[in-house]
Amino acid sequence: MSCHAPSHAVDCGGEHDIRIALIGSPNAGKTTIFNGLTGFHAKTGNYPGVTVTRSLGEVKVGDERVVIEDLPGTYSLNPVSPDEQVVLDALNGDIGDEDPPQALIVVVDATTVQRSLLLVAQVLELRKPTLVVVTMIDELADRGGRLDLDRLQASLGTPVIGVVGTKKIGLPQIRDMLPSAAEWPTPVLPPPADPVERSEWISSILESVLHEQPEGHRGSARIDAVLMHPILGVAVFLGVMFVFFQVIFSWAVPLQNAVSSFFDWLGVLVQDFVPWAPVAAFLSDGVIAGVGTVLQFLPQIILLFLLISFLENVGYMSRAALLMDRVMGKFGLEGRAFVSLLSSYACAVPGIMSTRTIPSSKDRIATIMVAPLMTCSARLPVYTLLIAAFVPAISIAGPIGLQGTVLFGLYMLGTFSAILGAALLKRTKLKGETLPFYMEMPPYRVPGIKVVAIQCWDSSKYFIRKAGTIILGTSILLWILLHVPLVTPPPELDQAGQTQYQLEKSVAGSIGRGVEPVFNPLGFTWEINVAIIASLSAREVFVSTLGQISAAESDTDVGVTTALEQQTRVDGTPVFNGPTVAAILLFFVYALQCMSTVAVMRRETGKWRWPVAAFITYFALAWMAAFIGNRVVTAITSG
Amino acid sequence: MAQLKEAPTLDCLPIGSATRVLTIEGGTTDPVGSRLTDLGFIAGTPIKVVRRAPLGDPTVLELRGYQMCLRRAEMQRILVEQVRD
Repeated sequence: MSCHAPSHAVDCGGEHDIRIALIGSPNAGKTTIFNGLTGFHAKTGNYPGVTVTRSLGEVKVGDERVVIEDLPGTYSLNPVSPDEQVVLDALNGDIGDEDPPQALIVVVDATTVQRSLLLVAQVLELRKPTLVVVTMIDELADRGGRLDLDRLQASLGTPVIGVVGTKKIGLPQIRDMLPSAAEWPTPVLPPPADPVERSEWISSILESVLHEQPEGHRGSARIDAVLMHPILGVAVFLGVMFVFFQVIFSWAVPLQNAVSSFFDWLGVLVQDFVPWAPVAAFLSDGVIAGVGTVLQFLPQIILLFLLISFLENVGYMSRAALLMDRVMGKFGLEGRAFVSLLSSYACAVPGIMSTRTIPSSKDRIATIMVAPLMTCSARLPVYTLLIAAFVPAISIAGPIGLQGTVLFGLYMLGTFSAILGAALLKRTKLKGETLPFYMEMPPYRVPGIKVVAIQCWDSSKYFIRKAGTIILGTSILLWILLHVPLVTPPPELDQAGQTQYQLEKSVAGSIGRGVEPVFNPLGFTWEINVAIIASLSAREVFVSTLGQISAAESDTDVGVTTALEQQTRVDGTPVFNGPTVAAILLFFVYALQCMSTVAVMRRETGKWRWPVAAFITYFALAWMAAFIGNRVVTAITSG
Repeated sequence: MAQLKEAPTLDCLPIGSATRVLTIEGGTTDPVGSRLTDLGFIAGTPIKVVRRAPLGDPTVLELRGYQMCLRRAEMQRILVEQVRD
């Protein structure tokens, strides 16, 4: 067995492995089964040519290696889009020269078995050895429903196993059955193909398995009466949004300061204990300061992901999506895109990953493309530093201050640009496609702590990986570029002058000077240019770079803010004047300065085309916005 | 077919009404029709209009033991039996 399809770097398993595909509708508990069997060691990639994530996991049973492919959640195997076609192709072995899976596991939620049997019928039509896994049998019993699994096994003609994911009931039985997957029985006759006949087939099965529909989730109905109320519902929604932004702006701050002090302490420690001064400076100013700048946002990120994961598992995110669907629909998107864009306020990477719940690939790409315009937490340090230092703390009307208004304005500008951008994409490049909109409303559930914790960790680890790879690399590279080649400054200069001379003659200095024609119209100096170029790896690097440069340039240890205020241009005027600060802020609203986002855009869309187009477009937009900002502020301040 | 002409579409029903699916207008072979069928909107299936989203659209429907939200455009494709008082 081999897999030569170019765009999915996933190991499809060796020559003699058993391959099984896992099928189920969204919310059926498919992922819980997959994780329970494979132990969270999934490899993810893309199906060739489409924006659909493919994940494969491995189970070792005795000497046998079983590869399980977790197919995207679906209500149907009748493809209505290229995305769904490729999943069917994978099932039929029509992808490259890959073999089809030998057997199928279909996951069925016991509380919605009436609907789920429609999918089971389609799976049985494939005439492959099939195992039916029934989840949420505990909830079914709690809600007074009934379903006899032995009888279900008899009427379907396939093995059936009941599972309680949270208590690990049923998982060992599934694992034991995996090695003999190729011998699982298939029903003698496939279910009828005609929809009405199939519906009757389901009714007859339900009768024979003594099915009793569980009572409607009474709690859910009561909660929805409030949360979906035209006035109360909107009020609660706004309240949730308020808490969401409180988490970003206030609650995480003490933790953030703690992490930041830790890295300061570590930097001092290294300087004290590493004997050779250049190495000590490199480690503390280059490595520790660079990585610390990013990791101080980790508490904020973890808190946000905890909140998002909690809201999702409770069932509120579906309600938020339902509430926002009409608004999003006006811009050619759907309710689920709102959830992705909301996550992007924390970080575009998990925001983009969460678009996997959007069935329409055009909607999904539109959402992915505009997610980087949402004001992510990495822009926050840039905004707060520049606003605190250079926007006057004056009141514009009563308690409303200018600083807060500018910050709010930047957030709004990003958000509106994202929504307009999506609308534009859907009217031009991503036009067409008549996919129906449908979204299941799951009942409210008390989320498992473990599930929430794992989801939160899954998203957070991206951030940590980014700090350990991209940020670390950029910090080291930048530190080196700022310090080579070693030159001998003219002896008549004082110490500050000598450092300045060294910086200007360094490789980074030459690069900063080299791009001056591009950035001069925006009012940037070579120091800002260096910081902008460095921040193309990750936005936070802008702050640490300016920190490195200004700390090196100023003769006393005065802190970044004061050092920035003291910096002057050749003519003696301050580097950071009003027009320049406005230009930098507006540049950051649009520019796609984040390699992690570029990488995840590539991974989720399966093509380089999209991230490259986004990078170029957003750079052009950033430049134009910065230019306009510079001119407008110049006109205001001089007039 | 006279019966179908008079049949209301799902989007016309008030909140709380219960009825049965009659047919999907325009057939079940196009993407929308085919997907609605696979979601369980099949002739004879009992269906209940549960509530509308706070902003008026989409609508939450209950059928086959689960709740599904559809927008007005898709609901207009679903013909249902007259609600008997």
